[in-house]
Amino acid sequence: MNASVSRPQKKRIQAVLNHASGDKRFKILEVHMKKHQFRQDALIEILHKAQELFGYLEDDLLLFVSFKLKLPPSRVYGVATFYHFFQLKPQGEHTCVVCMGTACYVKGADKIIDAITQKHKIRAGETTADNKLSLLTARCIGACGIAPAVVYDGTVTPRATPESALEQINKWGQK
Amino acid sequence: MILNDLTFIKDKELAARKKIVLRCCMAAGCMSTDSKGVKEQLDKAVADAGLQNEVEVRGVGCMKLCCDGPLVAVDPQDALYVKVTAETAPSIIAALKGGKATADQGDPKSAFFAKQFSIVLANSGIVDPERIESYIALDGYQALHEVLHEMTPKDVVEAMVKCGLRGRGGAGFPTGLKWGTVAKSPGAKKYVICNADEGDPGAFMDRSVLESDPHSVLEGMAIAAYAVGADQGFIYVRAEYPLAIARLQIAIKQAKQLGLLGAGIFESPFNFNIDIRIGAGAFVCGEETALMSSVEGKRGTPRPRPPFPAESGLFGCPTLLNNVETFANVPAIYRKGADWFAAIGTEKSKGTKVFALAGKIKNTGLIEVPMGTPLRTIVEEMGGGAPDGGRIKAVQTGGPSGGCIPSQHLDTPVDYESLGKLGSIMGSGGMIVMDDSTNMVEIARFFMEFCMDESCGKCIPCRAGTVQMHHILDKIANRQATARDLAKLEELCDMVRNTSLCGLGQTAPNPTMSTLRFFRNEYEALLQPDPFGPHANGAAKPTETAKK
Repeated sequence: MNASVSRPQKKRIQAVLNHASGDKRFKILEVHMKKHQFRQDALIEILHKAQELFGYLEDDLLLFVSFKLKLPPSRVYGVATFYHFFQLKPQGEHTCVVCMGTACYVKGADKIIDAITQKHKIRAGETTADNKLSLLTARCIGACGIAPAVVYDGTVTPRATPESALEQINKWGQK
Repeated sequence: MILNDLTFIKDKELAARKKIVLRCCMAAGCMSTDSKGVKEQLDKAVADAGLQNEVEVRGVGCMKLCCDGPLVAVDPQDALYVKVTAETAPSIIAALKGGKATADQGDPKSAFFAKQFSIVLANSGIVDPERIESYIALDGYQALHEVLHEMTPKDVVEAMVKCGLRGRGGAGFPTGLKWGTVAKSPGAKKYVICNADEGDPGAFMDRSVLESDPHSVLEGMAIAAYAVGADQGFIYVRAEYPLAIARLQIAIKQAKQLGLLGAGIFESPFNFNIDIRIGAGAFVCGEETALMSSVEGKRGTPRPRPPFPAESGLFGCPTLLNNVETFANVPAIYRKGADWFAAIGTEKSKGTKVFALAGKIKNTGLIEVPMGTPLRTIVEEMGGGAPDGGRIKAVQTGGPSGGCIPSQHLDTPVDYESLGKLGSIMGSGGMIVMDDSTNMVEIARFFMEFCMDESCGKCIPCRAGTVQMHHILDKIANRQATARDLAKLEELCDMVRNTSLCGLGQTAPNPTMSTLRFFRNEYEALLQPDPFGPHANGAAKPTETAKK
C-alpha cells in the first residue's frame, strides 16, 4: 500500500487479509476478480459473486473487495448500500419474498404481507429472532400474469393468498 | 461463417423437423406452475408410445396467455392445451393417437390471439430459445448478413429513419435519429447498450423477449453496432430475471461459436462482442445516464444532459442505448424492408407495441398490437374484461411514471401522442387494469412510495419532494388531510415535475396528477373540514397549471 494509508487503516487491512486467508470463499472470490482482470468497473459483478458466496456482504468482505480492486472503501460501501439487491445483514434460514409490483399489489399482495407480519411479528425486510425466516419484498419479479407472486427460497409460486403463504411458512417451521 | 453455412444450418434444421411438434412453454410464468414437470412427462409419454420419430417436444418461450399456464400447443393440429399438469400431460400424447385428452383445451382462435399482430413476439413461443439453430431456421441472422454485405452503415441508418421506429423504452425518441447521431459522433471507440433493466412494476415484456427469443435482440444489437461503428455491446439485465440472464448467456455463447458474434462476423471486417451486465435492483438505472454509470460499476445516479450519451456516454465514448423491444424490432425491419414496417401503425407511431396485460382482468399475459389500436379492444375484447362481473374503472399505463386512464377514455387509440394527451405515457408497456374495488388514492400513494424509495437522492426536488408528497397522500388516505393539504400536494407535484434532474423525478407526480384529474372526487371524499377555512393563513390556492 502507498504511504497515504494511515496506521490504523493498515492494521485493519491486515486483519481483513488474515481473516481472508483462513476462508476458502475469499479465494474463490479472488479468482472471480482475476477473471475480470481486477477491473474497477466490474465492482457490481464482483459484489454479486460475493453475495452469492457469503449470503450477505459483511464489512470485512467489502474491505477485501476494496483492497483488491484498489478502490476506496467508501466507493465500495456506497455501491453496496445504493442497490437494493445487496444485503448487509445475514438472512434467515428461509426467505419469503413477496412481489409488490403493481399487478400483485392490485390483487392483494399487501394482505399477504400483513398476514405474515401479524403471525410472525416481523415487518418486510426483517428476520425473525430465531433466524428462521426473512420476509422481503420485491419491486416486481415480472410474473405479473400470475399475480400475486411469492418467492419461497427461490421458487416462484403463482396466485398466492395469505393462507397459502402462512401454510408454506408453517411447513418450514416443522422441518 | 458465410451465407451458405447459414442456409446449410437452416436446411438441416428444417429437414430434421418431425411431423408433429408439441410446443411447451418454458418461460418464467409457466415455469412457476411446473411446466418443467409437464415437459418431462410429455417427453416420457412420447418415448413410452414409441413416437420419437414422429413427435418432437420443444421447450419454447412465452406463448402469451400467462394466466392459463402451463400452455402446450400442438402443430399442425393447431390445438392449444391450457393449465396442463404433470398428471394430464400424457393424455395429450394419447390424444394424438385418437384418445381423449384430459387436459383443458384453449381456443387458439379467440380474440386474445386473433387480434395480435406479431413482429417482436413473432418467434416467441415458436423457437427454442436455448438452440440457435431453431432461430436460424426461421431466417435468423439473415438480416445481419444482408446488412453487412449489401449495405453501408449510412444506408442502415437511413433505412432506420425511413421505417419510423421510435424507442420502445417509453419516451418514444426516433430510433433512426439516435443511430444517426451516434454514427456521426467522432471517436474510435463506441458502445451499444441494450437496456433490459425493466424496472416498471407490472411490465414483463422485456423479460419475455429475452427468455423467448434472445437471438433477435443480439442480431438487432449487431446491426445497430454496424450502423454506428461500435465494436462492444453490453446488455444491462435486472438481477430479478435469472432465467433471462441464463438464456442470454447461452445465446451469446452459441452465437460466438458460430462466428455470429466476435471478430470478422460473416467474413467481413466487422467485429462485435456482447457482454452481460447484471443490475442490482435500482429503478433509477433504467434512466440512460444512470444505467451507464452502473455499467461502469458506480452508484446508479443520473447526470445532467447534455452531453448526451450519443456524444459522451459510457467511459466518455459515444454510446447508443436502446431498449430490448427496440432491438428486437430491428432484424424484422431489415428482413422485410423499411416500407413494410412503416405501413403498420399510425402516422406518427409506426409498428407494433407489446403490452403486458395484468391486474383485474380475465386474460393476463402478453399482447402485441399495431400502434393506434383502441384501449377498449385490448382490454375488453382481448383481455376479456374484468373477472367476476366487475366493472373496469381505469387502466394504468407507464408504471410509476405513467397515469391512470379512466374507463370513459377507453376508446383512446394507443400511441405516444394520444396517451400523452391524457396525462399518461406509453411507457415500456405495462398495462394494469383496475376494477371498482381499487382505491385510486391508495394507488397514487403506492406509486409515490415506490418513487420515494427509488429516488437516488442526487437532486433535492425528487429526494425531498417525493417524501413530502407521500406524506400528504398518506394523510389523505388516513382521513387526516384538509383541502389545504390537497392544494399543497398539487403545488408540489408541479414543482417536482418541473425541477427534477432526471425522468424519475420529472414523472414521479404523474400517477398522482392523473388520478387527481380523473378521480378527484375520491380524494375530496377523504378530506376533513378545515377549521380555518380553505384558503386562510396564506395557503396556496390550487393553481391553473396544477389542474392541467
